[in-house]
Amino acid sequence: MTWLERLDRRWIFLVMGLLVLGPLLKPLYLPLTVTKHVLNFRDAIDRVPNGSTILMSCDYDPGSIPEMVPMTRTAMRHLLSKNCKVVITVLWPAGPGLVDSVTRRVAAEFPGKRYGVDWINLGYKAGNEAVMVVMGQGIANAFPRDYTGAETRSFPIMHNVRDYTSFPLLVNISAGYPGTKEWVQQVQARFHLPMVSGCTAVSAPEYYPYLQSGQLLGLLGGMAGAAEYEKSRGEQGTATKGMDAQSLGHVFVALCIVLGNLARRARPGEEPR
Amino acid sequence: MKRELPLLMTALIGLFMILSFFIPHPWVSVPADFLQSTAIVLVAFGYVLGGANVLRINLDAVYRRSPDWLFKLLLVVALLVTVIVGVIDGARNHGGFLNQGTNSKWLYDEIYSPMASTLFALLAFYIASAAFRAFRIRTVEAGLLAVAAVIVMLGRVPIGDRFTAFLPEPLHLGTMQQWIMDVPQNAAKRAILIGAALGVMATGLRVILGIERSYLGGED
Amino acid sequence: MTPHLTMDFGTWVAAFLTLCAFSFLYRDNPFYKLAEHLFVGVSAGYYIVLNYWTVIWPNLLQPLGKALHGQGVDATRTGMFAAELGDYRGWLLLPGVLGLLLFTRLFGKIGWLSRWPLAVIIGVYAGIKTTGFAQGDFVAQVQASLQPLLLPSPWLTFSAIVFLVGLVTSLLFFFFSREHKGALAVASRTGMYFLMIGFGAGYGFTVMSRISLLIGRFQFLLENWLGLR
Repeated sequence: MTWLERLDRRWIFLVMGLLVLGPLLKPLYLPLTVTKHVLNFRDAIDRVPNGSTILMSCDYDPGSIPEMVPMTRTAMRHLLSKNCKVVITVLWPAGPGLVDSVTRRVAAEFPGKRYGVDWINLGYKAGNEAVMVVMGQGIANAFPRDYTGAETRSFPIMHNVRDYTSFPLLVNISAGYPGTKEWVQQVQARFHLPMVSGCTAVSAPEYYPYLQSGQLLGLLGGMAGAAEYEKSRGEQGTATKGMDAQSLGHVFVALCIVLGNLARRARPGEEPR
Repeated sequence: MKRELPLLMTALIGLFMILSFFIPHPWVSVPADFLQSTAIVLVAFGYVLGGANVLRINLDAVYRRSPDWLFKLLLVVALLVTVIVGVIDGARNHGGFLNQGTNSKWLYDEIYSPMASTLFALLAFYIASAAFRAFRIRTVEAGLLAVAAVIVMLGRVPIGDRFTAFLPEPLHLGTMQQWIMDVPQNAAKRAILIGAALGVMATGLRVILGIERSYLGGED
Repeated sequence: MTPHLTMDFGTWVAAFLTLCAFSFLYRDNPFYKLAEHLFVGVSAGYYIVLNYWTVIWPNLLQPLGKALHGQGVDATRTGMFAAELGDYRGWLLLPGVLGLLLFTRLFGKIGWLSRWPLAVIIGVYAGIKTTGFAQGDFVAQVQASLQPLLLPSPWLTFSAIVFLVGLVTSLLFFFFSREHKGALAVASRTGMYFLMIGFGAGYGFTVMSRISLLIGRFQFLLENWLGLR
């Protein structure tokens, strides 16, 4: 097993790259099962009365596009298809440009929906938890201008929006800090706003206690969660297309754990380079 | 006074913020909201300071002709171009410097976004390499960790159920993965959450009471 | 699938930079360094401009400018210091001055002045985080842990018992006020096993996250750049 121990890691990189690339070129069409937390996420949005105004906080940046963007697209489509009005905020500095591009493209699929009337992007604000608490006293206090630089209070959608009491639900799509945990602590706990979360797979395990306690009504975890949500809504987006590659990647990492340990069994006392 | 006044400010403001959680009266909620709004502005100034510091450090490196100084010159030029373009775009668009069609949006979409995404994507390769070289199963605990990791990894993706389709439903990798996440993993994470909450509360009180002073920095 | 290469210059720039970053996997090289330094420069410049136009301008300078003319959010009230909730007018001079004091860090002799705005930041966040963790994490999580153990099905009852055992033993693992001997040692060891399962599950999800990022980049190169759809 010594050649395995001395294996140049660039071979591992190459195999990983090929295993991920392959299914993207030639899909395997492995069937996807929708899990209960994803169904709860979808059902929480379904239960919201049609025409309500929903707060959607997109707290991510380009480093999490493959996981966050499919969730944002499907959730926004879901809300707009219920004629809900969507108020979007961004708490990550590198996020506003990306979120604007994504939400504009989704809104364009609904020709009757107009910016400032049916949806609005309030843009980015620095301050993390402080922004969340200030929004509790007045959304427009924290965001006096929207993403485009216009006065927030001048838009029709904001005429009936005062603070968190104006929303029946918070849809939080987040990649880390600030994100779901902070929204739960500062907003759900303090202002009792019901919320659902879509998050990166890295953060998902730590939000399971919030699911069990009812602080979160539903959870999408990573690209798998996004793909399941797409399936539950009858869509086939980038998350669904990526699941075959995800499968092979996982099998390869599991194999690496096994092979790496078998390689070392031959020489139990020696440390690899 | 150079240390005492900031410590006193931290104590008073921190206690006031805790008080504002319990007292909704405007005499408390309005000043608390003002302090939070102040913090938002100060954090923004902090980011600007950080950017200015990057400029200062790299200008210094270019001046001293340190290794890779040409690349650092590129960094400085890129920084200054981004700032100038951003200021002009913002002035022209009433602050909407990232509006569709602006040069700043182009810089963001075609330089910042792809680079940020790709640098994170490199981690996929390193996680595979680390799984091979560094994931040692030498104890019962490490074995438990590995078994849980493999079940969750395979159970969370479609291929997991394919591997175990011939078994009864409770033994499918997907079902096992779901139970692990909902029960033992959940219990462990909740314990960590409660422990961390106690730790943060204790640290918060230490900072407010002036016992923890590391944020003040220097000697004087 | 036939490739239809994009004619968009921006996409070519993005693809070039993506490939430069990937080249690091072979070894460090000038193309990677070029992409990395360009990214850091654009990133730092972006953060400066972003925080000016999204916070300093709309939340500080514009309201201050209006306040100098005695105006604010509420048009019925006039006066530079006639503040109310969310409309602080002339009082915004305070964050303005404190914000400028932050820059004294760059000048050694007067650097101590930057402690004042830091004190405000630390005080605000220490207070917010203490109450947030207390209410959102500690109280709510302990409350949610008080669940019935006897449930309709044997499997649910078993799971509830496993959950309770896992929670209590994991908490006891972190209890260091007494030496881990006897029953406490057994409980602590059991807790460690639950924690290892938790970390293993976390590792599995981390792998998913990292691989999905790679999938995203490949999707960009294949679909947006090479036009393979």
